[in-house]
Amino acid sequence: MDFHFNEEQLMFRDSVRALLERDCTADVLRELWAGESGRSDGLWSGLAELGLTGLLLAEEHGGLGMAEVDLVLALEESGRACLPEPLVETVLAAAPLLETLAAGGGTPASVADKWLPLVAAGEARLAIEHPANPCVADAHVAELLLLLADDGSLHAVARAQVELTRQPCNDAARRLFTVDWKPGDDSLLAKAAGATRLLDAAFDRAAFGCAAQQLGIGQKLIDLAVDYAGQREQFGRAIGSFQAVKHHLATAQVAVEFARPVVYRAACSLATGHTDAGLHVSQAKAMADEAALLAARTSLQVHGGIGYTWEVDLHAWMKRAWALEMTWGGSAWHRGRLADAVLADIDNKPREGQLQLQGVN
Amino acid sequence: MDLDYTKEQRAFRAEAREWLKANVPGQALPSMDTEQGFAAHREWETKLNEGGWAMVSWPVEYGGRGVDLIEWLIFEEEYYRAGAPGRVNQNGIFLLGPTLMEYGSDEQKARFLPRMAAGIDVWAQGWSEPNAGSDMAAIRTTAFRDGDQYVVNGQKTWCSRAVWADWIFCIFRTDPDSERHRGLSFMLVPLDAEGVQVRAIEQLDGETGFAEVFFDNVRVPVDQLLGEEGGGWKVAMSTAGFERGLMLRSPARYQATARKLVALLRDNPEAAQRDPTLGDRVIRGWMQAEAYALQTYRTASRIIGGGSIGAESSLNKIFWSEMDLAMHETAMALLGPRAELLPTARAAGDVGDWLDGFQFALAGPIYAGTNEIQRNIAAERLLGLPRG
Repeated sequence: MDFHFNEEQLMFRDSVRALLERDCTADVLRELWAGESGRSDGLWSGLAELGLTGLLLAEEHGGLGMAEVDLVLALEESGRACLPEPLVETVLAAAPLLETLAAGGGTPASVADKWLPLVAAGEARLAIEHPANPCVADAHVAELLLLLADDGSLHAVARAQVELTRQPCNDAARRLFTVDWKPGDDSLLAKAAGATRLLDAAFDRAAFGCAAQQLGIGQKLIDLAVDYAGQREQFGRAIGSFQAVKHHLATAQVAVEFARPVVYRAACSLATGHTDAGLHVSQAKAMADEAALLAARTSLQVHGGIGYTWEVDLHAWMKRAWALEMTWGGSAWHRGRLADAVLADIDNKPREGQLQLQGVN
Repeated sequence: MDLDYTKEQRAFRAEAREWLKANVPGQALPSMDTEQGFAAHREWETKLNEGGWAMVSWPVEYGGRGVDLIEWLIFEEEYYRAGAPGRVNQNGIFLLGPTLMEYGSDEQKARFLPRMAAGIDVWAQGWSEPNAGSDMAAIRTTAFRDGDQYVVNGQKTWCSRAVWADWIFCIFRTDPDSERHRGLSFMLVPLDAEGVQVRAIEQLDGETGFAEVFFDNVRVPVDQLLGEEGGGWKVAMSTAGFERGLMLRSPARYQATARKLVALLRDNPEAAQRDPTLGDRVIRGWMQAEAYALQTYRTASRIIGGGSIGAESSLNKIFWSEMDLAMHETAMALLGPRAELLPTARAAGDVGDWLDGFQFALAGPIYAGTNEIQRNIAAERLLGLPRG
């Protein structure tokens, strides 16, 4: 039992943070919002150079063969920087799904062999459709899309073969699309039964990714408010010296701080294939979402009127928090999933401290 | 990061479980805040110590097993799972004990820790005064040096367990010209010393869990000073760190409450139907108890790795006290009109001890430093907001 991140994991976090602080500043974000694609190939390949895009992939696919627990701090950093790239969709949802499928050989293996090394090298992004989400995120920059046919089967389709319709949304950085396409025998990856299992696993990984990003977003929202409250003066003193302001921010910090170990546990459970990994993810998503929402609400209130303007950067993180809360399962859905499991389990003997670690009893 | 238990930790758990199963009293002891209950709880402490379970994380020479904080958490989990009695000496073993380890001389450790572990000395806490509550630095009780003794005059209040305890740990002002946090000293005083008068305070539940303690020219030998003269604030903050941050409220306690709450929801479907938000409130409590457990394992890992508990203990205190209250409020709502019944009421049915728990939980955001004070500390020392 050890809750420490090791040196390599911390160093990886630091290098991701350094890159994002340099290349993903608020000015860069605003420039990207105004652009057609909203994405930066330079930023994406920078992250790939650090190993981020191939982190979970096997070495045979050009990856590092590492696990979610090695990735979680970098995901937190991507939230802190409000990174617009499809990390969750590509790195957590789609690429590992392809890799899982490839083990069975056939078409999926050749698709994986072709595309996964490009993902690892930062030369391709992936998009993925899922019933939990009404739109496909970042389909416009994805070279390959994993799409669901009406019969529930899963297909891999190149971007050139689909027609995208952009669906405007609140977060200026997000790019959401509906996709028109025709399934063919050559695009089939998995029939409905097999696809469901794969999509469930992808859903858990993606929900975990959002949870980790929400930690970074929540902390950034608090940090922005702390900075502002330390500078803004009213009644002749910094507003951050008033208890009403302090108490708001302390409450938000409590929420973020206690979501943190829950997200880290989910990372561990995904990495080790824990039988309750999905429930651990749901708890992580529910708590991190709520923490980020509280931080958003608090940060806006502390900023006052200036926080309600386009000019101040606050809304970038606030809107991201709102968006992520509802994507890959809303926090209420995840609480419900956990509630069903906990109620069904209550008559059983309690497992070790409810930590539900492997191999107890 | 590895969130699995080692083979040794599993074996430790099995051993603790077996001993507790064989030794935990079959019937609940009377409340520790009654004379008879206090004595019964003291006896239980003695028994725990005979089994070597009084404080597993202490060194063997002081009555412990020399295991680390992870094992202490495992023991706590088993302790609550077994439904074992509350720890009447919690002020001693969880608060003063770790402080003695950090600041005590070898003589002091040898003198106080084994007797503490054995339940021979049960400890009370004496920090607050009538005019020094949230503003603890306003302490006015004095302890002036006279030869190899201090002479103590003044009054402490809200001294938990003081009605029947043997010793009390206090902070007194030793420098008459000092102000605020400076000039305070941390001292250990027997409650039967000449000039000490203990007056019980009746709580809102009618019991006497705390007391006022008056000091009238009480002579305290200098070897009962803990830490340096004038360094009492620092020593006290170390105790407060343990109180708010780790030991006083181990996660197993809240996980047990959360499990009971889920069972209460299952057994009261009509209440859950009447107010559909109750199910959600229950699962929130369950999630928080689990989060608190994970956070505590994280803190324990940090301490084992050489870290310490700092101002983040304030976040912990806010979290566990508000979680506990929220869970009990939810239980009250699930019980509906039966919530006001005492367990002894014939019509009570399965209300159990939720009412007791609810009233106790209400004290959580007040004791160990009010949550308003904790929020100030967190905002200033963790977030870096300017002092008011």
